[in-house]
Amino acid sequence: MNPISEFIKKSRIKSPWVLHFDCGSCNGCDIETLAVLTPVYDVERFGIINVGNPKHADVFLVTGTVNHRNKKVLKNLYDQIPDPKAVIAIGACGLSGGVFREAPNVVGGVDKVIPVDVYVPGCPPKPEAIIDGVVKALELFAAKQEQ
Amino acid sequence: MNSVNVFLALIVGLVLAPAASGLIAGVDRRITARLQSRLGPPILQPFYDVFKLFGKERLLSNYWLAFCSFVYLVAAATATVLFFFQSDLLLIFFVQAVGSVFLVVGALTVPSPYSQVGAHRELLQILTYEPLLVLVIVGIYMVTGSFKVSAIYELNTPLLFHLPLMFLVLGYALTIKLRKSPFDISASHHAHQEIVRGVYTEYVGPYLGIIEVAHWFEIALVLGLVSLFWSTSVIGIILLLMITYFVEILVDNSTSRMTWKWMLGSAWAVGLSFSVINLVWLHYR
Repeated sequence: MNPISEFIKKSRIKSPWVLHFDCGSCNGCDIETLAVLTPVYDVERFGIINVGNPKHADVFLVTGTVNHRNKKVLKNLYDQIPDPKAVIAIGACGLSGGVFREAPNVVGGVDKVIPVDVYVPGCPPKPEAIIDGVVKALELFAAKQEQ
Repeated sequence: MNSVNVFLALIVGLVLAPAASGLIAGVDRRITARLQSRLGPPILQPFYDVFKLFGKERLLSNYWLAFCSFVYLVAAATATVLFFFQSDLLLIFFVQAVGSVFLVVGALTVPSPYSQVGAHRELLQILTYEPLLVLVIVGIYMVTGSFKVSAIYELNTPLLFHLPLMFLVLGYALTIKLRKSPFDISASHHAHQEIVRGVYTEYVGPYLGIIEVAHWFEIALVLGLVSLFWSTSVIGIILLLMITYFVEILVDNSTSRMTWKWMLGSAWAVGLSFSVINLVWLHYR
C-alpha cells in the first residue's frame, strides 16, 4: 500500500466528523451527546467536530425511537452521508425502541431502518460511553478497510 | 529571474506555502482551544481532515461543483505562485478574485437554500473586501511608484511607516478573507450555525478537501501581503505576521458574528476613511 493511502486511512481515524440526529428521544440522550462537545469533555482534541450537514459527516449518531414519521428522514440522512461511514445508535430507545417499543407508531430500534455499527446502551448513556462508542466505531472503520 | 530562482519560487509557492498555512490553521485551532480552556486538536489536524476528505466518496449534486472547486484551487495556487514570482499585485488580486467568484458559482448551481444563502453572503463579502484590497494596493503604488512586488523589496524603510492606516485596512480585509468572526457570515469553521456551512454546504468529500487546500493558498497569499509591510528584515516579517495572526485569533474568539449590513457599513466606513486619510497624508507630506 502506498504512503498516501496509508495516511488517508490514518486520517479517517483521527478526524471523525459527527452528525447527530434525534429520532424523537426524550432529550436525555441528546443532552448527554451534546455534553460531549463542551469544553469539559473536549472531543475536538480527538479531531471530532459536530457538523450540521450530512454531506460532510463520517459518523452518524442517532438517538431516540424510530417511528413511522421520521424513518424516512433517517434513511434520507443516511443516504446523504458519503462512504465510508459509521452509524452509532445511542440509548435504550435507539437500540430497541426502549419503553416505547410496543407503541403503535414505533418501528423500533435504529437498525430496523439503517445498518448500525455500534450500540451504546444506557438510559441515558454517560458521555464517556458515547466517546467510547465513537472510538469503537472508528476501530471498526479501520478493520473494514483492511479487508 | 534565472531558472533556479523560478524553480525555487514554484516550490515555495506550490508546496511550502500551503503546507505552512495548514500548520498555521492547526496552531490557530490549538490557540483557540486554549483561549476556551480546552486542550485542542493536534497541530496536524487540518492535514488529517483534508486527507480524510480526499478518501471519501464523490457524491455530487451537480457536476459544476467539481469544476468550480478545481478552478478555485487553480486560481488560488496561481495567485500565490505569482506572488512568489514578485509579480504585479493587481494581477495577483484579479486572479485570486476569479477563484473566489467560482466558489460562489459552484454554490449557486445547486438548489439547496443553505448553499444559496451562503453564496449570496460570500458575494457580499467579496464586494466588501475587494475595494479595500485594491485601495491598499493603490497605497503601495503611491509609495513605490510600481505595482510590482519586487519594487517593495527595493525600499529602505518598511512600508508600515508610510502606510500605517492602510495596514489597519488590510487587517479588516484579512479578517473577512480568513472567515474569522465577526465576519464569518458565509461559512465558518464552526459548522453548527444558522446556515449549516453556507457556501461550503454542497461540496462533498474530495471537493471540500480541494477547497480547504485552496483556502490554505489564500491564507498564504494574504499573509504574504501582510509581510510586505515590513519587507526590510526577516525578523520584522516574522514578528509582524505573528502579531497580526494572533490579533486575528483574539478578535475571532472575542466577537460574535455580525450581519452583512454591519460588515459592509463598518468595513467601508473605516476602510474608506482610513484609506483617504493615509493617501492624502502620503500626497502632501
